[in-house]
Amino acid sequence: MATALPSEATAAEADLLRWATAGSVDDGKSTLVGRLLHDSKSVLADQLEAVARASSGEGPDLALLTDGLRAEREQGITIDVAYRYFATPRRRFILADTPGHVQYTRNMVTGASTATLTVILVDARKGVVEQTRRHAAVAALLRVPQVVLAVNKMDLVGYEQSVFVDIAGEFTRLATGLGIPEVTAIPISALAGDNVVEKSTHMDWYEGPTVLAHLENVPVADEVTDGPARFPVQYVIRSGDVRLYAGQVAAGALRVGDRVTVLPSGRTTTVTGIDVLGAPAELVRSPQSGALRLADDLDISRGDLIVPAAALPTVSRDVEAAVCHLHERPLKPGDHVLLKHNTRTVRAVVRRIPGPGRLDLNEIGQVALRTAERLAFDRYEDSRRTGSFVLIDPADGATLTAGMFGATAPGPPDAAV
Amino acid sequence: MTTVAARLGHTDVLEAEAAYIFREVAGEFEKPVLLFSGGKDSVVMLHLALKAFAPAPLPFVLLHVDTGHNFPEVLAYRDRVVAAHGLTLHVASVQDYIDRGVLRERPDGTRNPLQTLPLLEAISGGGFDAVFGGGRRDEEKARAKERVFSLRDEFGTWDPRRQRPELWQLYNGRHLPGEHVRIFPLSNWTELDVWQYIAREGIELPSIYFAHEREVFLRSGMWLAPGGWGGPRDGEPVERRRVRYRTVGDMSCTGAVLSEASEVDEVIVEITASRLTERGATRADDRLSEAAMEDRKREGYF
Repeated sequence: MATALPSEATAAEADLLRWATAGSVDDGKSTLVGRLLHDSKSVLADQLEAVARASSGEGPDLALLTDGLRAEREQGITIDVAYRYFATPRRRFILADTPGHVQYTRNMVTGASTATLTVILVDARKGVVEQTRRHAAVAALLRVPQVVLAVNKMDLVGYEQSVFVDIAGEFTRLATGLGIPEVTAIPISALAGDNVVEKSTHMDWYEGPTVLAHLENVPVADEVTDGPARFPVQYVIRSGDVRLYAGQVAAGALRVGDRVTVLPSGRTTTVTGIDVLGAPAELVRSPQSGALRLADDLDISRGDLIVPAAALPTVSRDVEAAVCHLHERPLKPGDHVLLKHNTRTVRAVVRRIPGPGRLDLNEIGQVALRTAERLAFDRYEDSRRTGSFVLIDPADGATLTAGMFGATAPGPPDAAV
Repeated sequence: MTTVAARLGHTDVLEAEAAYIFREVAGEFEKPVLLFSGGKDSVVMLHLALKAFAPAPLPFVLLHVDTGHNFPEVLAYRDRVVAAHGLTLHVASVQDYIDRGVLRERPDGTRNPLQTLPLLEAISGGGFDAVFGGGRRDEEKARAKERVFSLRDEFGTWDPRRQRPELWQLYNGRHLPGEHVRIFPLSNWTELDVWQYIAREGIELPSIYFAHEREVFLRSGMWLAPGGWGGPRDGEPVERRRVRYRTVGDMSCTGAVLSEASEVDEVIVEITASRLTERGATRADDRLSEAAMEDRKREGYF
């Protein structure tokens, strides 16, 4: 293995931070991302030339770095989540760049589902608006560990400290009420480049980090490493008369010698061997992919969940969850769906949707479901990986709904204050 | 016994994620196939797949769409690897389609767009329902919007507006008869990640990825290899230069870069310092228009 050189961008083993953006239309989100890529020198000469060719005004329009599809260029909007990659000497970044239109709430949910950090943009002239409350509520619901409030367009309010302090204060109160553990507020101008990568010379009163410095230094919370082990069986590898149960550890760690229970059957056995992608190991932990050898010849197949005998999750056919509906066809009580959870897909029926009685595209709400077989799951607040699921239309395979076991959907944005 | 480091680095995380994707597909689909050209991304995919199912053999076969203008070194490498691992390789030949009169040569000699039909017919003819491709989202703006599991209709069409949302690691492989799903295990990898993984795992590559003397000529700022595909034209003098390739593909549109990097570590230093992207440096087909990749992807290209 190559030695890590943490001082160089080519470091073989750097941290990986997955983060997401959120912001209203015209808050300058594409410009912020463009500025971040440009000033961190992640944009190369041929990409800049392409942007320069497509820009109409003076200087390159950095928003064009991210709006890639024909319809986006034609309509000047971002229509779907895009993933961007860049690196600094300290870290590798995967950005889920999500559109801000209200009709694309599902895309923010998608981006936030894998993010450790989310940046919510606010226009300094407008402050906290309904869309900001919605973004904060989604970040809280999806349990994104770190939230950054970027107060943009500070150049248009004379770089006034009081404007920033008022907005940051209002947002922090909102976030605290929603249960967001940590908020970092940063005053920026994405267009002028203030506090994005370079420290602003216009805001001496601000002593915190730039957006990039914060992204580089925020802890990469390996949230699922703690807590009890969860090993969804993906695939049974047969070699000679040996059987290995392959999967990616969804939470915690398993060691050779551990007593484990296989769910939903409930039979117990011992881990006698661990392979990590072909090499023997004493231990396998989240998010490694590995394979287990077990002492007893149990009937185990794809979809089963292997857990420590002493730390079982909930096993039930009746589940309640907060959901975000992702499809044009509404979700209604009585609907027959497929529920995919970890590596397992089971038939389910929607029993209840409190309140409106149905969920339309981009709506967030509660559902009660009954599954055809018992399901072994955790609360989303305990494990984002084993606490999440999607609903699928059995007729055409469309992904309908994203769900979080045991979570509570926020009320309408204004009620969240 | 290997010991587990205190913290997983990004290469370990990307490797674990790719293995998970390979196993999801093996668990959910009837008949997957892995696109294998001998190019570095498909070589890394094959390496990951072999690790994901070790010690058992690969539970799927390989497919190569041969444009007829591939580099001979790469084809030799491809066949060597297939034999060494006892794999099954299907080859779909663009030349056959041209010989039968089904496809016509383009005036610019580029055969990349001609690959789409043989690819789609190989997929439907083979009854494949999942097709692993080495596409990375960092390659191009249209690819930045690609899903890990990407549903294609019977025409292979990619419609960015009608993609399934993809949340957490819950990939949806459902499809109707006639449809197939393109699978991109390297979605979250960059060119540098691929090279660092090649270095770490000691993976062998075709020789053209490393600096060597060869005959080339300059066209539109790109160093192309002369060959039966139609280059050079009059007024395009052939020179001997020390070059290497950042991507490999059809000889008509894959350019070489001038380079002294003859080992993996030197290549990593070179691409880290490069001011050009992989495709910007070496792919003529992406320069056809601002949305060239998006348009080809819509038609069923990878």
